[in-house]
Formats: sequence, structure tokens, C-alpha cells
Amino acid sequence: MRHTETETGAPSAPHRNGAPGQARPRAPGRAARLRGRAGLPARARLLTEAMRIRHPGQRMKQSEAVARESLEILNGIPHAAALLDSDGRLVAMNGHLEALCGHCSEDVRGIPGDHVIRSRESLERSFLGDAVRTGAPLSIESDLLGADRRRVPVRITASPLKHAGQSPSALLLFIEDVSLVRKLDAASLGAEPVQGIVSKSPQMQEVFELLPVLARTDATLLITGETGTGKDLLAEAVHQAARRAKFPFIKVNCGALPENLLESELFGHARGAFTGAHADKPGMFRLAQGGTIFLTEIGDLPLPLQVKLLTALDDRAFYPLGSSKKVEVDVRVVAGTHRDLEALVAEGRFRQDLFFRLNVLNVRLPPLREREGDVRLLTDHFLEQFSKRLGKAIKGVTSQVQIVLDRYPYPGNVRELRNIVEYAASVCREQRVRPDHLPDYVMRGVAPASGAPAAPRADPAGRAAGRGGAALDGLSGKATWNDVERRLIMETLLECHGNRGEVARKLGWGRSTLWRKMKQHGMD
Amino acid sequence: MVAPRFDLATEVLIARVWRGRLAGEPRVVLLPGPSADDLCSLVLEKAITDVVCGGIEDAHYQYLGWKHVRVVDRVIGRWVGVLRLFLAKELRPGTVVREPIDPSPRSPEAARLRR
Repeated sequence: MRHTETETGAPSAPHRNGAPGQARPRAPGRAARLRGRAGLPARARLLTEAMRIRHPGQRMKQSEAVARESLEILNGIPHAAALLDSDGRLVAMNGHLEALCGHCSEDVRGIPGDHVIRSRESLERSFLGDAVRTGAPLSIESDLLGADRRRVPVRITASPLKHAGQSPSALLLFIEDVSLVRKLDAASLGAEPVQGIVSKSPQMQEVFELLPVLARTDATLLITGETGTGKDLLAEAVHQAARRAKFPFIKVNCGALPENLLESELFGHARGAFTGAHADKPGMFRLAQGGTIFLTEIGDLPLPLQVKLLTALDDRAFYPLGSSKKVEVDVRVVAGTHRDLEALVAEGRFRQDLFFRLNVLNVRLPPLREREGDVRLLTDHFLEQFSKRLGKAIKGVTSQVQIVLDRYPYPGNVRELRNIVEYAASVCREQRVRPDHLPDYVMRGVAPASGAPAAPRADPAGRAAGRGGAALDGLSGKATWNDVERRLIMETLLECHGNRGEVARKLGWGRSTLWRKMKQHGMD
Repeated sequence: MVAPRFDLATEVLIARVWRGRLAGEPRVVLLPGPSADDLCSLVLEKAITDVVCGGIEDAHYQYLGWKHVRVVDRVIGRWVGVLRLFLAKELRPGTVVREPIDPSPRSPEAARLRR
């Protein structure tokens, strides 16, 4: 009995005994049989079945039914994955790959896979073509450009799908982000710590001891602490230690966007929801499916969105902007803030019910001034980093500098220490950083705008020599790091008559570092 | 088609736009080899105001933006359809253009864009 294809490409029931057009009841769908139970080999077999060539020499149409069925199978795979036809065109890709590439599966069906995945190896040599030609699985290490314009090192495995005696009808692609593996390799060589958290203080050791406990649960986590204490790094470390590590980690700054854009960013929108909404957009919650969403600056979330977030946390579902179709998600929520949420609740600016919902697990990151021994450790760490980057041979700091750094209060915490060390490394032309290489406000021992004096200055002369020192002349005692850096760039620009290449060279920075700093200071 | 990656592109199609229409035929510039830095230099040298590309690294995206060049990235499609959307001010980052159009600059479709 010969199976025939319907217009949708799905096999219809065979006709029997003078009852044409009358179909037998069909067995439960392939995807339904899969749910929650089958491993990768079984999924590959089912995909092969979906893409089977019906007649020798006939190419399978990329019908909607095939794409939909393939998508359901692919979404059960815990890596970024895609199904391509024998021409290398996309049939379907799963949510992980959608998040990586920034395109919806439906929008790119039929497009050559190389144009969507954008990996270096498959563009420079015909990797996909080789897999189809040889009929054997191939694996390469490459990099691709993600939706966030970041270069991501990946391992791509292409497995041809075929029936015995036939040439491959499709390709199954797995794309694995290997950036963490590379970082772990570097860490095992002692090159850098995992997730960038450098500490040996007892205060941070308490936090590190909590990490496995925080990672083992899916409960909502609230990370509090002053600005620059590493809330982002801790959130990512928790995700990487959890079973959700194979799924996406998505970060959203709740204070960065206006309310209407933030709602669309978090929950997505339907086509036509507002002017300019030309297509459906999945939203960060959906893109984080299976993984973790980190909502930083949660204290800045507008009140109307707090209601929607609370509903999403309670129901594990939400309605995208302008849509009547509910979207269910399985996402762990981690929130971070430097604000006192309880005070905001008392002021009526943050919902109490949302605060209780977020505050299931709470970790407070200590400020740098409370972390015993970490100032020295971090100073050495950053000095080594910047020396390497700037091509200098700076071995350390003088004991005078260490005393000053130990006693400075660091209102900006680790981020501020990093900036101070970067500045010192930029202006220092010797093997050791001296007091005159530090910003003047650090030397005066007074934190900018804090009014809290630290220890007496190590260098009573108080005037710096060299390029960095000249930039500090005339600045008030309340000058911040930003003022110092801005002044330094301005003075050097004047000296070099606006030649930015010359400026970058004199300051020991790359050109891209100079233009980034000029942009930060509004000098572009 | 629009090159999938800015840093691996070896051809550049430059089109002049005057009052919302294509002015003259677009021309193709062949590059000696793929290089994002060289491509940025070419963009500045030719005083290009808008770049349409596939994937681009953030450093180059920010650099071109700093130089007041508008970048529309993650675009997929043939150049004629992409250019049509650009002229209609409907081209957005991530747009996928599907049109079975003859991509030759001398094609009837390209001629229609000039009228």
C-alpha cells in the first residue's frame, strides 16, 4: 500500500477497500510520544522520519507541518539546535538557538543556515556541505556573532539524517557555547578566577559557601548590595552552578528603559501592538526558557510592571503586550538591587507582595571596605590585568600606595578600585605604582561626595607629578574619578592638537578604549 | 544576499540615495580580504552614512555609531528587497526579507527602485 503526501507534506492514511478519502484514526503524534522521555537518539530518529524522502530523487518540501513537528522535537534538546534540509536551509530551530541568533524560527524558515547562525567556520569553508556530502557527523570549533553582538566561541556538530541506502535528507545541528569551558580551562591554569569573582575574605567565603545551596533550588533569589559589589557576577555564578546552566542566562536592567519599552522587552509583544511593532517579539522571559532571568535594578521597576511581574512569578505565565495568547514559561528569577527595598515598600514605591515574592532567598554582598584582605588581592589582580593589556612591566605598588588603598572607603566598591588601578597603570611608567600615580582624591583620603575621611594621606605634598598629576591640578578636593579622567583626556587632546591617535598613544590606551571613554564622558 | 557577518564580508555594495530614491546604479567594491577594521575604514573613507549588514561585533558597531554612521544589523535577504525596505524607511535590525528577485544591479527590479 503506497503512502501519499497531502499538500502539507504529512503522510495521509492509505485508502482502503473503496473508502477513498476516509482516513483511519491516526496513532498519537510523534512529538506527543516523546514528551519528557526520549533521549537524543530517539529524537534524531523521529526527525529523520519527519524529513523522510518519499520518493527517490524527490526533495521533501519544507511544509509548515514538518517544521512544526520538528520544532516540538528540537525544543526538547537542551542545546541550541536546528534542523536543516539537504540544501542547508533552515527547517526549524529551537528556542535556545533563537535566543542566540536573535531570530524567530518561523521568520527564517527556508533561509540558508549560514545566514542565520553566522558561524565563522561554516562561512569560511563549506562545513554544512561537507556533512551532507560525506554523510558522516562532523564537529568543528568556531565562533558566531550572537544577537547581542558578542562573539561566542562554540562547538558545532552536524549530524546528517538519512535512511539506509539513501543520501542524507536533512542535517541536525547542535551548537554548544564553550565560552565557560574555555574560561574554566584558563582558571585551572591559574590565569583568572571563574566568573570574575576574586576574593579570599571570610565575608565573601560565606557567600561562596552558600552558592551550591542557591544553585540547587529554583526559588527566587534576591541579591542586594552597594553598587559595584558584583551582584551580576554572583547571579551568573549561581546560574552556571545550577542544573539550568545549559539553558540561557538573560540579564535585563529594569532601570535602563522607559516603562512601555521595558514591558515589551520583558514579556514580548504581538505584531501591531504599537506603532513600529512589525512582527511578534518573544521577550526576555521567553528567551530565557529553561534558564535564568536576572532582573537587575529591580528597585527601579515601575509599579504597573511590578504587578505584571508578580503575576508572571505566581502563574508562571503571562500575556505579551497586545496579545491574547498566554505564554507559559519555566524560568528561574534572580533579582538584584542596590536600593533598600523595604524602605521603598514603606514609601509606597515598591509593592510589598512582590517584595515578599522576590525575597524567598536573600544574599547580601558585603561592600569592599568590609572584605578583609580583598583590597590587596584585587589590586594585584587588576594591576596584572592592566599591565598585560597596556604592554607594561608593572610589578606592584609601593607600601605607601598600599596603605592608602587599604584605608580608602570605596563608595564605588570593586568597580571603583578597578578604575583607580586602571588609572594608575595608565600613568605609571615605572615598575611600581607610586602615590603620585594615584588620583588626587584617593591621596587626600576623602571619598568623593561621601565626606567620610579615611586615613591621613601618605604623601603630604599632595601634588602629583607626570601626566596624571598635571590633569589633577586645579581640581577641587571633591573631584571624582570621572572628573580626573575627563580632565586627563581633555588636557592630552589639547596637547596633541586633537589628534586622537596621538592621544591614545600618550595615555597608553588603544584607540577603541579612548573613543569609548570619550563617549562615556560626552566628549565625542 | 547581505553578507552574514560584517567581519567576513569580501564585497561591499554602495548605493547613492537622493530624495528617497536610488541615484544611479549601485556599485560593488571588492575587498582584498575579510577585515572588519578595513571595512570600517572604507565606510569612513567613502563617507557612507548607513550600513546594512548581517552580524557585527559590538566594538565595530559602537565605533561606527561613534562616527555617526547608522548601522542596521542582523538583516537577511537579497540586496534589492533590503534596499527597497531601506528606501521606504522600514528596514529594522533583524529584518528578514524574502523576495524572489533578480539581484543584478541592472535588473528590472533595480531599475524600478531608481524611478
